[in-house]
Amino acid sequence: MSRIVIKNGRIIDPANNLDQTGSVQIADGKIVAVGQEPEDGFSAERVIDAKGCIVCPGFIDLSTRLREPGHSRKATFASETKAAAGAGVTTLCLQPDTLPAMDTPAVVELVKDLAEKVGYPQVLPIGALSQKLEGAELSGMLSLKLAGCIAVSNANQPMRNLLVLRRAMEYAASHGLLVIVRPNEYYLSNNGCAHEGKFATRYGLPSIPEAAETIALAQCLELAELTGCRMHFGQISGKRSVIRIYQAKKYGLNVSADVAVHQLHLTEDDITPFDSAYHVLPPLRTEEDKQYLRQGLANGTLDCICSDHQPHDIDAKLGAFPETEPGMSSLETLLPLMLALVEQGAINLEHGIAALTRKPAQVLGLDKGALTPGLAADICIFDPERVWQVDDLTWNSQGHNTPFWGKSLKGRVVHTLQGGRVIYSLLPI
Amino acid sequence: MDDNIQLNAQGQLKHFLTIEGLSRALLTEILDTAESFAGMTEQRVKKVPLLRGKTIVNLFFENSTRTKTTFELAGTRLSADVLSMNIATSATAKGESLLDTIRNLEAMFVDMFVVRHAISGAAHFIAQHAAPHISVINAGDGQHAHPTQAMLDMFTIRQLKHDFTQLRVAIIGDILHSRVARSQIQALNTLGAAEVRVIAPKTLLPAEVESLGVTVSHSLGQGLRDIDVIIMLRLQKERMTTALLPSESEYFKCFGLTPEKLKLAKPDAIVMHPGPINRGVEIDSKVADGPQSVILRQVSNGVAVRMAIMSMAMQKQGAQG
Repeated sequence: MSRIVIKNGRIIDPANNLDQTGSVQIADGKIVAVGQEPEDGFSAERVIDAKGCIVCPGFIDLSTRLREPGHSRKATFASETKAAAGAGVTTLCLQPDTLPAMDTPAVVELVKDLAEKVGYPQVLPIGALSQKLEGAELSGMLSLKLAGCIAVSNANQPMRNLLVLRRAMEYAASHGLLVIVRPNEYYLSNNGCAHEGKFATRYGLPSIPEAAETIALAQCLELAELTGCRMHFGQISGKRSVIRIYQAKKYGLNVSADVAVHQLHLTEDDITPFDSAYHVLPPLRTEEDKQYLRQGLANGTLDCICSDHQPHDIDAKLGAFPETEPGMSSLETLLPLMLALVEQGAINLEHGIAALTRKPAQVLGLDKGALTPGLAADICIFDPERVWQVDDLTWNSQGHNTPFWGKSLKGRVVHTLQGGRVIYSLLPI
Repeated sequence: MDDNIQLNAQGQLKHFLTIEGLSRALLTEILDTAESFAGMTEQRVKKVPLLRGKTIVNLFFENSTRTKTTFELAGTRLSADVLSMNIATSATAKGESLLDTIRNLEAMFVDMFVVRHAISGAAHFIAQHAAPHISVINAGDGQHAHPTQAMLDMFTIRQLKHDFTQLRVAIIGDILHSRVARSQIQALNTLGAAEVRVIAPKTLLPAEVESLGVTVSHSLGQGLRDIDVIIMLRLQKERMTTALLPSESEYFKCFGLTPEKLKLAKPDAIVMHPGPINRGVEIDSKVADGPQSVILRQVSNGVAVRMAIMSMAMQKQGAQG
């Protein structure tokens, strides 16, 4: 198989505490050597010049929706995996709210088939925590695990009550399965579409209090201790949640958390009134929440950044704000928005890369997210200075539902390699 | 601020969707224009030819009697052709999207949509997507805005109290769900009212309500002190079934406006209500029909104010084309 050398790049690999300019050598799909110049005997079929670029492990995204099976009108594996590769993502977790829900090995197989047909990046299905995600009966979690599910979750659907959640967590723990929860108290969120605060009050929008997240989170933390279940909290949005998770970790609970990248940048103050591109769940909260999320990321309370990618068709976003479907197409803004955090001084670059590589690998218990010799060569090469405009020419996702449409962003992936294969290259302008 | 879609390049009214973003001068111009129409409605011939040849479609996705009727009358008195559609019971029931409904009506060459819809932001959405020559008037969208109602209330207040800067106004009741209250608060603040006070139990107040520019009270006893204008809001029956209030009788005990409570306000305070009123729930009949009540005057003023807004939006449109 082919041998590749990536030369002259600034190699940043948080897992190996590496930040140096040099080469990465790849043979047979695996990383052979990092840092030093190739030995004389190493003849590469392909040399990638990464001058001016950063070479880091491929990104691992903890929450995406590719809309297949079931919603191929919104997007397809073909369109969204291309978007992922173009965003430097080499591994992505697929939320279980497919149609049908990911609650049987048959659906998992279907997803694996779809992924195989495209060939890249690696798709890791998250199994349903309950049958049909209805929150009433346990899914066949062991079968799901054996079929290839990396974790279990009920996505955005509520569990019927705390007893069912407790039992689901106990059962998952028995099989060593990670349970992923986006904390949201169903009744308190009351079909809201915006954060309960100034914006929702002014525009008369059904609102979701921060407490809807915090209360659900507090319940889960108690149950995590009771059941010994390993938990990960997805798409944290509120200040008090950051405080709770900080305390829980300090107390010794084995929990982790991520934040959707747009929550680190946008608040209710940024919403153009009634622009459905800003309709997202959890809702965009306040400047204070944003500052806590940034701090939480910086001090490790929030382990990872995810895209929470949710592409939509035009019709899903064409209507009065509360009637539109929530979610942003956000794979392709993941890197530039992470880099903006670095530029704004919220985190350093090494930390930002870790939150997309080493840390999600750790959350999932995967031997990935590092440039260690012997590991599969999943690599992202990006130009941190390249400015590009979000438009039809640059965008790969079928979903154009991003509030950053038409805006200029800084930082662009130049090459993505998965298992030593180049799965994406930015076309020369 | 996107609300500027309400104004054309010359800063003149094109759509009327919300009070937010409109200047005091523009609101005053609406009130002044309404003044001229108000005199007219008492004459024997109640028509002016301002909108002759224009077609106005009233799109009511939510039922309404009073608002629809006054918009019909206003359009007719401006000599426009007026068509009223109750869409709650037609197209959308068959699954047609809001945008398709609008496109179909556009294809019939109408000039103005008057829209009422149960979802906040619906009028904005229609204004954003309608053909450029069409004006959109918001006749109430969800819990967001009801700007023509607010303007007719301002008109009524100005008739009786003249100077907004001296006025303390209390709005009483279900602020949380009220598009009328949101528009009134914005209008009163834009026109420079000395104080806008909301009086309600916490369950009927939105989060951070002070950010709207109001002071807050939870009791009529304290809240009515020094008040010049009392605006009562209608209490929907469903507030009792969704655990926002225990019962109508308890609500009336706390927030119902009785002759005794009315005495707590200034002696010359006026009592307003956007209607339809719930006698014995938010207001005692003795107050509703009493000398301080101006509720029916509000209804009469509704036509003149809507004529003013419709003609202003359409005239600017003509000037543009």
